[in-house]
Amino acid sequence: MNWFPVWRRNFLVWKKLILPSLIGNLGDPVFYLLGMGYGLGGLLPTVDGVPYLNFLAVGTACYSVMNSATFEALYSAFSRMHVQRTWEAILNTPLGLRDVLMGELLWATSKSMLSGTAIMLVIWVMGLYADFSLTLLLIPVVVLTGFCFSGIALAVNSVSPNYDFFIYYFTLAITPMVLLGGVFYPPSALPVWMTAIAAWLPLTHAIDLARPLALGRLPAMAWLHVLALLAYGIAGFMAALVLTRRRLLR
Amino acid sequence: MPAALQLKGLTKRYGGVAVVDGLDLELERGLCHGLLGPNGAGKTTTLRLSLGLIEADAGTVNLLGHVLPSGSGEARRHVGVVPQNDSLDPDFTVRENLITYGRYFGLRTGTIVGRIPELLAFAGLEGKADSPIQSLSGGMKRRLTLARALINDPEMVFLDEPTTGLDPQARHLIWQGLRRLINQGKTLLLTTHFMEEAERLCDAISIIDHGRLIVRGSPRELIKGHIEPNVVEVYGEGLEDWESHASACCQRIETAGETRFCYTGDPQRVISELEGRPGLHYLHRPANLEDVFLKLTGRDLRD
Repeated sequence: MNWFPVWRRNFLVWKKLILPSLIGNLGDPVFYLLGMGYGLGGLLPTVDGVPYLNFLAVGTACYSVMNSATFEALYSAFSRMHVQRTWEAILNTPLGLRDVLMGELLWATSKSMLSGTAIMLVIWVMGLYADFSLTLLLIPVVVLTGFCFSGIALAVNSVSPNYDFFIYYFTLAITPMVLLGGVFYPPSALPVWMTAIAAWLPLTHAIDLARPLALGRLPAMAWLHVLALLAYGIAGFMAALVLTRRRLLR
Repeated sequence: MPAALQLKGLTKRYGGVAVVDGLDLELERGLCHGLLGPNGAGKTTTLRLSLGLIEADAGTVNLLGHVLPSGSGEARRHVGVVPQNDSLDPDFTVRENLITYGRYFGLRTGTIVGRIPELLAFAGLEGKADSPIQSLSGGMKRRLTLARALINDPEMVFLDEPTTGLDPQARHLIWQGLRRLINQGKTLLLTTHFMEEAERLCDAISIIDHGRLIVRGSPRELIKGHIEPNVVEVYGEGLEDWESHASACCQRIETAGETRFCYTGDPQRVISELEGRPGLHYLHRPANLEDVFLKLTGRDLRD
């Protein structure tokens, strides 16, 4: 539990800036979902046998969790690591780098859950599901997705010389993931070689877990997707630990 | 009583270059220790090694009875650190900064809150508890950083250039605070580029260069043992002509820019010689720690 004061520090800052933070984290994905869901959905018959809004809602949940975890563990963590020297100050106390990074990982995961929860609320309130009890399983999926992308982002953060470096990650990893992972349309619409790539991407695993749950069935090969998300998250965290140690403590 | 900090054969290499090179140092408890050296001498690396933030390539560190790096977390529980760079939390008020920092030591919020008035009084920041960090001056921020380092009531405080960038007034306030810590019996380890600061505050000075210890002793011992007691600084017209005659009365002459430093045991003879040279200006003063420092580490610029 050594990480808890680090998590709590970030929570305290967040609480002070709660209004812009909530609007950004919750408002954005919800507006996106409703606009796209109705606007684009009006042109489409059904997708995967459900109205487009239902299809898109669960994709948006995963997408916004990924985005929110990534922003927190990239931009905000970089500010604390590099600009404000917050990590440096913490490392002078009994806490170690593992505690700092664990606090950051769990904080980014927590914050991404907020974004996920906002979309979940829309799903529940508007009844965009087939079986309510199955949608409860979406909660651990959201947590796992947030954990996975927080871990990866911390690894990217550890090798970033400046904020501009994050563009590489967004353009070369996040954007292709959104387009190949099945947020906006079923991946079956894509050419085979694209789906072959998509199968390796963490966002695809998240959506392969989440979408069946929203559409009223248990996901196929759930263990594989859970393992993949865990593996990406843990690998990211371990890499972040080694690389940040090399960066700050050598 | 065992030493507060004991370094034995401490070595740290970067890219094959030893930044700290077999350093032996033993800091007695309850004293103020100054660690001096030119830029790149290995001061900050020595501090980081001593805190267990980085691992040595060779040698051992014992901090407050804990063997590092394995015991560094436990050792740092009893240590306060004033880092060279500002690392206060800009999103927090003064009070929130102290509370948050105290929690890193596992202190309960109630315990920390109870200590805050005393710490703010110590730092001369009464009435500032709810001020945002951005509203503080540079001197106030540094005093808050010092107060923050005391949140755990440490046995030993590390200070890396605590007064760099401060105006003289702010510097005197910091000195006053440090003096009080020394009187309370805390052990201080201080790096600084201000020789006056080290001379005033420190009981023991260690001068290092190229990662090695050059000398160690009290300011008085170092001045007595390493340098002639008097200095006459000379500058102005006709310096070269004077210099060619001066070797008779100056034991040693050093050059820094347009000034000659004449080190001597017989200043009256130097001064009476200078009286006959109206173009030259001079300043006679007792030798100080800076003279020792420059003699031992050289006058070459370090970048």
